[in-house]
Formats: sequence, C-alpha cells, structure tokens
Amino acid sequence: MKYQSQKVALAYFAVALALFAVQVLGGLLAGWIYVSPNFLSELLPFNIVRMLHTNSLIVWLLLGFFGAAYFLVPEEAERELHSPKLAYLQLAVLVIGTLGVVLTYVFNLFEGNWLLGKEGREFIEQPKWVKVGIVVAALMFLYNITMTVLKGKKTAITNILLLGLWGLALLFLFSFYNPSNLSLDKQYWWNIVHLWVEGVWELIMASVLAYLMLKLTGVDREVIEKWLYVIVAAALFSGILGTGHHYYWIGTPGYWQWIGSIFSSLEVVPFFAMMSFAFVMVWKGRRDHPNKAALLWSLGCATLAFFGAGVWGFLHTLHGVNYYTHGTQITAAHGHLAFFGAYVSLNLAIISYAMPLLRGRDPYNQVLNMASFWLMAGGMTFMTFVLTFAGTVQTHLQRVMGEYFMEVQDQLAVFYWMRFGAGAAFVLGAFLFIYAVAVPRREVIQPGEAAGVPAE
Amino acid sequence: MHAPAPKPDAGLLDDLPGELMMWVLIVSELLVFGAGLAAFLSVRISDPAGFAAARAALDPALAGINTVVLITSGFLAARSLDLRLGLKRAAARWHLAGAMLLGAVFLAIKFQEYAAKAAEGISTDTHAFFTFYYLLTGFHAAHVVAGIVLLGLVAWKDAPRNIEAGAAFWHMVDLVWVLLFPVIYVLG
Repeated sequence: MKYQSQKVALAYFAVALALFAVQVLGGLLAGWIYVSPNFLSELLPFNIVRMLHTNSLIVWLLLGFFGAAYFLVPEEAERELHSPKLAYLQLAVLVIGTLGVVLTYVFNLFEGNWLLGKEGREFIEQPKWVKVGIVVAALMFLYNITMTVLKGKKTAITNILLLGLWGLALLFLFSFYNPSNLSLDKQYWWNIVHLWVEGVWELIMASVLAYLMLKLTGVDREVIEKWLYVIVAAALFSGILGTGHHYYWIGTPGYWQWIGSIFSSLEVVPFFAMMSFAFVMVWKGRRDHPNKAALLWSLGCATLAFFGAGVWGFLHTLHGVNYYTHGTQITAAHGHLAFFGAYVSLNLAIISYAMPLLRGRDPYNQVLNMASFWLMAGGMTFMTFVLTFAGTVQTHLQRVMGEYFMEVQDQLAVFYWMRFGAGAAFVLGAFLFIYAVAVPRREVIQPGEAAGVPAE
Repeated sequence: MHAPAPKPDAGLLDDLPGELMMWVLIVSELLVFGAGLAAFLSVRISDPAGFAAARAALDPALAGINTVVLITSGFLAARSLDLRLGLKRAAARWHLAGAMLLGAVFLAIKFQEYAAKAAEGISTDTHAFFTFYYLLTGFHAAHVVAGIVLLGLVAWKDAPRNIEAGAAFWHMVDLVWVLLFPVIYVLG
C-alpha cells in the first residue's frame, strides 16, 4: 500500500463482506422456502426474503466498487485521497440507509407513507429518504474521487472507472421518477437496472480488471489500455440499445423486439473480450506475482462472466425464445451466474488483491481463499445447470403444454432440492472466503519449490 | 522525459490504417446491420407474398437516385483525404463540404419518402416488412446524420488522420446503404 488513505477501502470491504454474508444466508433461506414453501411464511414472507437477497447483493457490490475505487484511485493518480474523512462519512450514510431499508422492509413500517414507506418497485423499493441518502452518498463519493483524479495523474483506468461511477450515480436518479403508466414505469425502471449491470457496471468491471491485470501480470500499460478502450466501446455499443430486450412484453412498440434482439445478442462481445483480455495478459505477462488467489479470482471472474452474462444471457435474449422462457427458472439461472461471475467475483478479486496490502501482510492464506473460489464457483455452476434444466422443463410444461404454474412447480421439486444443495456449498465457500481474508495471520501451507525449477 | 520505450507488441492491430476505435465501431455497425438484414430475410421466408406486396409500396427509383447521391458523396470524401495528403487543405475542405451537402440531399429525399409513407398511413406496425423497413433505413439515416456531423468536425480539425477516420465512417454508411438498397427496395 503506497498511500495511507487507501486504508479507507478496508472499512468498505469489511461492510461489503458482512452484507455478502447476509445476502448468501438470505439466498439459502429463499432456497429452502422453494423446497418447503410454508417455512416462515408468516414471519418473513418469500417476497421479503427475495428482496433482501437481491438488494443486499446490489448494496454490497456497490460498497465493493466504492472500496475498489478508494483503493486503486490513489495509486493510479499517485496522490492521497482528497478527503478520507468524507469517505468514512459516506460509508456511515450508506450503512444507516441500509439499516433503515432492512427495518422498513422486514416490519413494513410506515406503509404508504410518501417519505418513510417502501415504494414497492423491485430493487428500487427503498423509502424516499433512503434514496436521497444514496444520492448524497454518491455525491460525496464522486466529489472525493473526482477531486483526487483531477489533482493527480490521469490514466485510462481511472478515466473509465470515473465514467462508470458517474454513470452509475446519474442513472440512479431515474428511481425518483415513478410514472403512473405501468409501461412507462417499467421502461424507466430498466434504465436503472439494465443500464447499470449491462452498461456502466461493465465499465467499472473492465477498469478494475485492467488494474488487476496491470498489477498481477506486469504487462505494459499501453497494451492494457488498448484492450480497455475496445472492451468499453463494445460494452456501450451493445448494452445501451440492448436495453430493448427488456421491452418485449411491457407494452412498448413492437420494433423493440428487433432492436433488443440484435443489440443484446452483441452484448456477449465485451464479455468475450474481457475473458480473452484476462487470459492473453496472463500468458504475455512476465511477472510471477505471489498473490495467486487474486489471479485465480480475476481469471474466474472473466470466465464466469462470459458464461453467466454472455452465454446464458444470449440463451434467452432473442424475443422468439424469450416469448416462451420469460420469467422462468432460465432467468434465475442466468441471473445467478451472471451476477456471481461478473460482479461478485470482481469484488472478491479486488478484495483478494487488496486485503494483504491493506493489512500489511504478505499474501496469506491463499490456499483457503482458492478453496473458497472452487467451492463458490463449483456451487454456482452446479446451481446454474440445475436451474437451467428446471427452466427448460418449466418452459415446456407451462408455456408449451399449458399446465398450471403450481402443478409445474411440484414437478420441479427435485431440481429445487439440488439447487438448495448447490446453494449450501456456495454459502460454505462464502464463509470460507470471509474467514480466509479476515482471520489467519500466517500461511497455512508453505509455497512449494516449483518456482525454482528452470523453464523448459 | 524518458526515452521512448520499445513499442509493445500489439500484433496485427498495429498494421490497421487509421484509428483502431473507428474500426471497432465499423465492425460493430456492420454486425448490427448484417444481423438486421439476416433477420429481415428470415422473416421474409415465412411470408414471401406479404413481403412482395408491402415492397410494392416503396419507390425503388427514388432510392436508386439516393444510392447515386451517397456513392458520389463517398467519392468526394475519399478524394478529400488524397487532397489533404497533397497539402491542398482548402480543396480538401471543399470536397468534405460537398460530401456533407450530398449527405443532406440523401436525407431530404429520405424525408420525402417517409412523409409519403406516413401519408399513406403506413407505420412500423402495418406489416413486418415495414417494421424492418423503418428500423433499418431509419438507423441508417441516423448514421447519415452522425456522418455529416463527423465530416464537419474533420473539416474543421483537418489533420489527415482525422479525415481518414471520418471518411472511413462515411464509407461504412455508404456500404450499409448499398446492402440495404437491393435487399429492401429491389428484392422485397
């Protein structure tokens, strides 16, 4: 760690990982409700559990992005953060907002209240006061980071990262606009949800990956920047009009079916480019960085993102296919692998890289960290296959044969049991990861002698 | 200042003429329009008679004139780069202005065409043919607008490298039209 103010990232990563634990436990609970539907149905209804599962995901990913930015921007800009104090204050605002959200959701406080009650729009159901808090926190963050970059060195990595983070914050403003026309409501809603994960978040992902590749492989910055620009161009070109793949059945004009199908099919390109980028850099790189866990997470991130977001996304993005698969377990399969591959793994990669530096230790306990990678990646991959099969069966029975929803659900029970098992393995992996970065103070296994063997 | 580092090996990409990002854009555009045309032809298989009937409402002669207009415009843009390389800056700019003007003529004719269709009550929902017709030619027309702006920019900042990038984009717009014209207006 070169700059003292990078330490801010530690607090962000800690809160992010705590929420990660909450998120996966929520997922496990939701997975259990799938096999035992009346479990806690009075106390904690499924819709609330699901909301906590998805929203805690989004919030911890955002905290991870903030942490990543606070970690890498001082190093790229070659100066201390503009104001570490402001960064801590921002974290406090976000934590208070998150607690407010959880309490409001779980106990359904202030129902119907304009300022204090939840708003009921999936993912952006936060009470209005929390939304304002999020905007205030985002402004603090952008001010802090932008000032740091403006006063320091500007690199392609920080430029793209800033572009992504500014876009993220500006797009969130759509959450304040809630038209009474349901079609318009959905259309604006997707401007946040889609343009985040298939637009500006990809910029954040590409720039953080580029930073990791720069550090881990030692490839020249010039080469990395060229890749970065191509990836970002491909992401924005396909992703922005790719929003059309959410407009198929919400009441927007029919031509969106073709705009959405064509542009979103190309969304696989940036993910393929990111995967190629990561592997080519590692092959070209001459640096043998000791932090193998961070490298494993980086490569895993690029690969799983390509399959989860790229391939599984393409699987049901054409409107002719989506007409049948819309809202089945196919969507759940895609959602799980895409979020895990792209954004969870990205956060875990930067955390794996940064934690030893932030805590002033050599890369430590990589064995446990890498074991947690395989547990999580294995669990999630298995879950994805299980849900894909479940979704295929569901699509056929429900959408082709016309059977009733609940009758079909009964026939999917075996898949839901397997999904619960896969989820349990994942949760184990998640806790192992948190343990691996938080607790041990020395290597569990000493590195072997392989490094000393001369090349063939 | 430090000594220039040895150029990193970026492979084949370094041998491309002009701007790398412009090529990324051109390839992406060709993929999109190619996919659009492929979809058009696929849907046409399901209803050849309907497509033929719908095509009869179009005016191939007008579109033919537009083809000549756009290709001439492309020629002027290409000449402009040669002139600029021959250090004839003023002539290069006049050629770019000519290319832009012909781009505007293309748009004027296109606008006439759309107005005539609208007057007949033909919208994107009239028939699948017209969905593609409006989408593909509309996207293309939007690129003509963008191209005119781009040519204006490179006429202003007229480094040969810039003119090359502007002309490359303009040729892509040309190429896309040359593909759209036979498939939509003639083949139907």
